[in-house]
Amino acid sequence: MMTSPFEPEPVPSAWRHRHLLDLERLTAEEIRLLLDTAALFKEATDRCRRKLSVLQGSTVVNLFFENSTRTRTSFALAARRLGADVVDFSASTSSLSKGESFIDTARNLEAMGIDAVVVRHTTPGTPHLLAQHLDVGVINAGDGPHEHPTQGLLDIFSIRERLGDLAGATIGLVGDIAHSRTARSNLWGLLKLGAKVILCGPPTLVSDRWRELGVEVSHDLDAIVPRCDVLNLLRIQFERQSMRPFPSVREYAHLYAMTRDRLRRAKPGLLILAPGPINRGVEMTAEVADCRQSLILDQVTNGLAVRMGVLWLTCGPREPGAATVTGRPGIAARIQP
Amino acid sequence: MTAHAGTLLIRGGRVIDPAQGIDRVDDLLVRDGRVAGIGRHDGTVDETIDATGLLVAPGLIDMHVHLREPGREEDETIESGTRAALAGGFTSVACIPNTEPPIDTQAAVEFIHQKAARADTCNVFVVGCVSRGREGKELAEIGQLVEAGAVAFSDDGAPVYDAELMRRAYEYCRMFDAPILAHEEVLELSRGGVMNEGLVSLLLGLKGMPAAAEEVMIGRDIALAEVTGGRLHVMHVSTAAGVALIRAAKARGARVTAEACPHHFTLTDESLRGFDSNYKMSPPLRTAADVDGILAGIADGTIDCIATDHAPHAPEKKMLELDRAPFGILGLETAVGLSVTRLVATGRIGWPRLVEALSTLPARILGVDRGTLVPGAVADITLIDPERQWRVDVSSFRSKSVNSPFDGWTLTGRAVATIVAGRVKYRLGAG
Repeated sequence: MMTSPFEPEPVPSAWRHRHLLDLERLTAEEIRLLLDTAALFKEATDRCRRKLSVLQGSTVVNLFFENSTRTRTSFALAARRLGADVVDFSASTSSLSKGESFIDTARNLEAMGIDAVVVRHTTPGTPHLLAQHLDVGVINAGDGPHEHPTQGLLDIFSIRERLGDLAGATIGLVGDIAHSRTARSNLWGLLKLGAKVILCGPPTLVSDRWRELGVEVSHDLDAIVPRCDVLNLLRIQFERQSMRPFPSVREYAHLYAMTRDRLRRAKPGLLILAPGPINRGVEMTAEVADCRQSLILDQVTNGLAVRMGVLWLTCGPREPGAATVTGRPGIAARIQP
Repeated sequence: MTAHAGTLLIRGGRVIDPAQGIDRVDDLLVRDGRVAGIGRHDGTVDETIDATGLLVAPGLIDMHVHLREPGREEDETIESGTRAALAGGFTSVACIPNTEPPIDTQAAVEFIHQKAARADTCNVFVVGCVSRGREGKELAEIGQLVEAGAVAFSDDGAPVYDAELMRRAYEYCRMFDAPILAHEEVLELSRGGVMNEGLVSLLLGLKGMPAAAEEVMIGRDIALAEVTGGRLHVMHVSTAAGVALIRAAKARGARVTAEACPHHFTLTDESLRGFDSNYKMSPPLRTAADVDGILAGIADGTIDCIATDHAPHAPEKKMLELDRAPFGILGLETAVGLSVTRLVATGRIGWPRLVEALSTLPARILGVDRGTLVPGAVADITLIDPERQWRVDVSSFRSKSVNSPFDGWTLTGRAVATIVAGRVKYRLGAG
């Protein structure tokens, strides 16, 4: 892997945030900036295979209080591809088991001279709490069922690569909306970029209250499939459910699994996303997961690009009071090999 | 509580005593710890307080306070909690028995009384457990507790879950004319919840506690009170539909009373958007429509009284992830300010109704000889500056804990002197 020479450059002043906690509080412009930055990194690194040095000397801590393989690996790789050092920290190996509070744990890590914390936790709002107590950047890698902003961004990034503008596109989020942080981050990002969102699943997983946001709620997948340009099939999160919200997996799959038959009734160009890990046979059949319209593997590659963009924007060098607001990050020219 | 020998004249205040239908500017004379009379007094006295521009009310009573002692002295003690009460204008508190161990024996009641006497602050009325050990399985020795001085019964912190046990409790308590103070919650519906179930919980991905969890249990307890003729006091009503259930029950003549907490008529679940655990309490903060329902319930008397559910938690316990942080909010030192700001300053109720909600009716519900300034009554008196604007500063609280989301708020109305049995136990600015 080659390292390209790079002079650190301030992040664009249009990006004002020190943390990435959720998409709900970002503007459409900020979301576009995140996506554009990810696109530049994807291009400059040859689909995220090559290494840069824009965060050389920085240390990123993966602070994971909940199991994760893909997101943790993706963040670690993204940080390394930017030249940063990465420290993995998981709750099971920490002094949390000795009763230390997670805020104390994070403060201790901060005192070791780190630059950013990527945090995953089972409780909504934990990254927000950390951001109040730490001076370093905090990136939310999933807080319970609340948000998973980089997942939302990479889903939207993947859709945008295929559809271009999202305004007017109809995107169905199907499945366990109640327990899905991916659903919430997608929802905010998509709404801000002007897409039409349909939430679909049984009433025990898709509350009618979502309509208060102006979102369409449907309990009938067959009715919405022909109208969608994109379907994002969300995993049933058995581990978060206190009581199973449907009688059987068989019945759920009968009503809500994406199958070849349902695919036949869709628009020809329908795109299929799934944040994974997928339960084959529950959210979709194997043939749908592997069909040519499936973006599942694109999502993984794009996840790296998005996380590089996020890490750079939140912990890249800043120019105090930088006045130039360019729509695109000034990094573009500098990361050419 | 030893009565103060001598005379104290409270001169020129607006004396409000709903129990006697009094609301006029006058002098109030206290002799040997008891009210001697209301009326112009020109004789010599030992001590005079100029109450010009102040309200002179029967001492305020908070009938829902968690003093935490015994067992959780890191959160609050009987001494610190009662000092907080005095600073908030309360001359009496009723302490809830969910301590460790719970107050379910005569010895435990005696312990509270002794600690309170030693603190020499305000009156502490003891609420005993409904069930032995608060386990919800069999009745506590309610008769023995009454003999020791318990004035009401509650398993608060949790509902009395077994409907048969609750029925027996109502029936049994009729012997003593003691009310059951009920925490209303269907646990299956609220399990794991940290906030109100609604759009906000949906957006934040936080497990919700539906209003129905409270309303279903209020409905059950009203039915049981009606069938037994027992006395139900619904604690911390937080939903508009709960208020409606109580209103209908009262219209039928059921022996039902109710309280609401200042936080439930001031804040909504929108407050949770910052994920601050100081907004986590049970029942949870509800919606704006619920706040309106409670305000209306207080105004029309459906909600009899205002109680705080003062629930201190040490900072290290409260400053945790939202689902690990305990439920609870301080109340004693902000209750008067919030009540005046939300109810009187907005014109929803007049001063006499506020005094009734904070003194007359809590005394009546608990059956204690307080809450009035009738001649001969124990001279528990609260002086309130109705116009005073003040800034809440948790660092100045007498409570051992600081879990109040009202830090930094500017409120109108504050107790400036708290007099217990004729002795001035607190004066604002006197330290």
